[in-house]
Amino acid sequence: MSVIVSAAQWFADPTRWSGPDGIPQRLLEHVEISAGSVAIGALIALPIGILLGHYGRFGNVAINISNVGRALPSFGVLVIAFQVFGLGNLPILVALVALAIPPMVTNSYVGLREVDPDVKEAARGMGYRELAQLIRVELPLAVPLLMAGIRTSAVQVVATATLAALIAGGGFGRYVIDGFAQQDYTKVFAGAVLVGVLAMATELSLSGVERLLVPRGLRLLQAPVARRATTFKTA
Amino acid sequence: MPDGVFLDYVDPWVNWAWLSTHIPLFVAALQQHVVLTAIAVAGGLALSLPLGIAAHQWRGLRNPVLGFFDVVYTIPSLALFALLVPYTGLGIVTAEIGLIGYTVLILVRNLLVGLESVPPDVLDAADGMGYRPLARLFRVELPLALPAIFAGVRIATVTTIGLVTITALIGLGGLGQLIYKGLIENFHTPLVVATVLSIALALVVDLALIAAQRVAIPWSRDTAR
Repeated sequence: MSVIVSAAQWFADPTRWSGPDGIPQRLLEHVEISAGSVAIGALIALPIGILLGHYGRFGNVAINISNVGRALPSFGVLVIAFQVFGLGNLPILVALVALAIPPMVTNSYVGLREVDPDVKEAARGMGYRELAQLIRVELPLAVPLLMAGIRTSAVQVVATATLAALIAGGGFGRYVIDGFAQQDYTKVFAGAVLVGVLAMATELSLSGVERLLVPRGLRLLQAPVARRATTFKTA
Repeated sequence: MPDGVFLDYVDPWVNWAWLSTHIPLFVAALQQHVVLTAIAVAGGLALSLPLGIAAHQWRGLRNPVLGFFDVVYTIPSLALFALLVPYTGLGIVTAEIGLIGYTVLILVRNLLVGLESVPPDVLDAADGMGYRPLARLFRVELPLALPAIFAGVRIATVTTIGLVTITALIGLGGLGQLIYKGLIENFHTPLVVATVLSIALALVVDLALIAAQRVAIPWSRDTAR
């Protein structure tokens, strides 16, 4: 029997759709830990990237942090966090936040840096104070890259959260890891489909949010292509 | 027998005595790590150079090629390996299909950025000097795209070094094997040392590539990000 057919049967089984190991519960766990990590990561990373970009300082740091982040093996980081913090969500959260920060810093730095200096001067000329200029002129213009950073981080966090099953975390990774342990490759395959779909859905829904947030003027000016200042993949 | 002899033992982050007698273990893992990474980057280059050049020559190919590999890149590596296992088994074929697939997006995108940033005046001058399209591509456009290609190779290599650790779950892993061993045996030394070695390998290789780039194409700046 082909694995696709057996995976389809796996999904058709009504017991998969309820209970503590059911798909809705695993989805909730996966989304909860991922959303929490991205939110905490954004609270740390965005102010740093935005301020560095606004003042144009420490550009090398802001850009190289992505290269350092890329060098971190997510598997090792998760396992070390597990050894430090023990069982529970804390080690997963710490590891995921650490991996979420670099792309958001780099993208928001580049986004702020790329705001046309003439536009900033015009804002000054119109009497904007520095804070108003930052909030009402620079940030809206940087939305595409700010969102690119959040999107990149979110997709990577969702991917890395799959590995959290190795350190007793929940989420869709459970199916993949348990399936490997039980040599139940139907379960592995079905889990992989769920993880893949969730990663795609994260990318697409955040692209949708970006489209809502980008100012109309920018939308008219630029082709609606997904832009990123970094490529970043940790899991 | 006295009680608690073993319970008193606190596992240090690095047990140097154990480490010093198990160095071959780390050398072997490091070796596998380097080989898996080298195959992925070399395979990625072999695929993405023709793909990127084709996508540059025939504009209609550009978005389908980038779109396809963008989707591949979005798939979490563990999921991609798991989807491939029923077809290609546990082992190096599965690992490399995934790892190569991920490098292609980075490499093709950078190649296209490089080729597209060649100034039109330069192309005009090359045409005026009588270059045919193929000669222009190889002797004018590709050399000018080299800095961007190099940046892509750096990003692809560092990314792959990190991802190789995850192939531990399909029986490979390089240094990831030792991270897995440490996790399963609840023993700090292998997992801490292997994680540090993986980071060190990525940084050393990145610096080596920067040095190589400065020697090979001294007119370029370091642009990877």
